[in-house]
Amino acid sequence: MDIFLQQILNGLVQGSVYALVALGYTMVYGILGLINFAHGEVVMVGAMVALTVSQLLLATGLPPLLVLLIALMVAAAACMVLGYGIERIAYRPLRNAPRLAPLITAIGVSIVLQNLAMIFWGREYHAFPQLLPNGLHTLGGAVINDVQLIIMLVALLMMTGLMLLVHRTRLGRAMRAVAENPSAAMLMGVDINRVISVTFMLGSALAAVAGIMVSANYGIVHYYMGSILGLKAFTAAVLGGIGNLRGAMLGGVLLGLIESLGAGYIGDLSGGFFGSNYQDVFAFFVLIAVLIFRPSGLLGERVAERA
Amino acid sequence: MNLLEIENLKVSYGGIQALKGISFTVAPGELVALIGSNGAGKTTTLKTLAGLLHPAAGKIHYNGISLHNIPAHQRVHNGLALVPEGRGIFARLTVAENLLMGAYTRNDATHIGADLDRMYALFPRLNERRTQLAGTLSGGEQQMVAMARALMCRPKLLMLDEPSMGLAPMMVAKIFETIRNISEQGVSILLVEQNAKLALEVAQRGYVLESGLVTLSNSAEDLLGSDEVRRAYLGA
Ligand SMILES: Nc1ncnc2c1ncn2[C@@H]1O[C@H](COP(=O)(O)OP(=O)(O)OP(=O)(O)O)[C@@H](O)[C@H]1O
Ligand SMILES: [Mg+2]
Repeated sequence: MDIFLQQILNGLVQGSVYALVALGYTMVYGILGLINFAHGEVVMVGAMVALTVSQLLLATGLPPLLVLLIALMVAAAACMVLGYGIERIAYRPLRNAPRLAPLITAIGVSIVLQNLAMIFWGREYHAFPQLLPNGLHTLGGAVINDVQLIIMLVALLMMTGLMLLVHRTRLGRAMRAVAENPSAAMLMGVDINRVISVTFMLGSALAAVAGIMVSANYGIVHYYMGSILGLKAFTAAVLGGIGNLRGAMLGGVLLGLIESLGAGYIGDLSGGFFGSNYQDVFAFFVLIAVLIFRPSGLLGERVAERA
Repeated sequence: MNLLEIENLKVSYGGIQALKGISFTVAPGELVALIGSNGAGKTTTLKTLAGLLHPAAGKIHYNGISLHNIPAHQRVHNGLALVPEGRGIFARLTVAENLLMGAYTRNDATHIGADLDRMYALFPRLNERRTQLAGTLSGGEQQMVAMARALMCRPKLLMLDEPSMGLAPMMVAKIFETIRNISEQGVSILLVEQNAKLALEVAQRGYVLESGLVTLSNSAEDLLGSDEVRRAYLGA
């Protein structure tokens, strides 16, 4: 087996998930200059809702693929409502408050959501049902399964769709206009509250899809799963340049690769002192390094001015 | 009937009263100049009309309706357009995208296309730069984008806040020629300028604003000839 290629593949799969979640952070930052720290929890809620829906539907004997599709749609809808609600209740009243206020609120929302999920779904790990075929494919000495292939494919589709929406449609143009100059956008007749709501809802739908992806990939769901994933996706957004959509995608994939290669070789590099369980460390090394050496990220510009 | 009627308008920033009860009107098809020195309240007036600021007192009647409680974005739907001070262009959108933003309130795709062509005919400089990011244009070209963009909503009343600001004399002449041109096509214009001479030369009527109060109002011609205006604003 080719370990290098294998790590690259694993990294791409994980990176696709980071990219989808990072997009949510970066869209909201781009339009409001706010880091929505509750976004990771939206991913978790997406996974949890999908879990419940698929458990219920599987019991009725529906075919797994159909169950997955319905679970996906219900989870995406639930997350869109959640994202809309978070903005409406927690952020909109603070639109003109000092920057620290919505940041603290974001952390508060995140804790509230985690606790609600814990009450509702319990503290235990849940097995996520297997809804996709799990055939294995060998690819030049590395192995990839159907779930992973589908994750990459769907992520690619969603990202292409989002880019088309943002760059080719009237709504996307309005989103970019509001991000750049809200009062000028208002003077064009744009209802900026509506555009901001839509932005939260789009990011949340992507988060729901990402939540289902990790659940399907690892087969496990837990009320705490959004927190570390959220932090890593946030790191990916910062790495790419927060506020920049291409940056979020690039940052997500790069972070996935860095983590995966790092975890694959850390044992050899440290003479066996660190194991691959130190994988999570890499994301935060990356975050620190970016903040020190290139605070505006790879594709970002002048973040300091807005932050 | 007047297109715009303002009565006893008062606007404050926190404790500071910027407009202390001003009244004026704009008739359909008219070009009205609002002149005054720095801090007189000109921008405050236009921002309030556009809905970006909320009056403490007074009435604004536009096109037969009260604008009280009508949000800024809705006013554009009613044909009230503002080219703000500093232009407010979208630097990271292309010239064409900026113009399309101007047509945001419309959904008549074929007419929008025709209007785009009209704008490019009116401002040939923009035609060559359709796909360029607006932020990379010169100041004068940005002013053209801002004006063309405002015209894309087919305004009934176009409000311009210091369109000559920061431009070279050649460009100022070009912009004012265009303002005259737009006015001749029947669009009502409320023009705010520090360059009183230029403004009064294109306008039919004018108002002089000083420290939040209208101190003079007359035909543009008479204002240009009046001693007060000449002394205070024309450096004569
Ligand atoms: N955001 C604000 N906060 C507090 N005061 C303000 C604000 N904006 C304007 N002002 C004050 O209101 C008054 C009127 O300002 P305004 O911008 O309307 O003047 P102006 O006539 O447009 O001046 P200029 O020719 O310099 O653009 C000024 O005294 C100004 O200091
Ligand atoms: Mg001004």
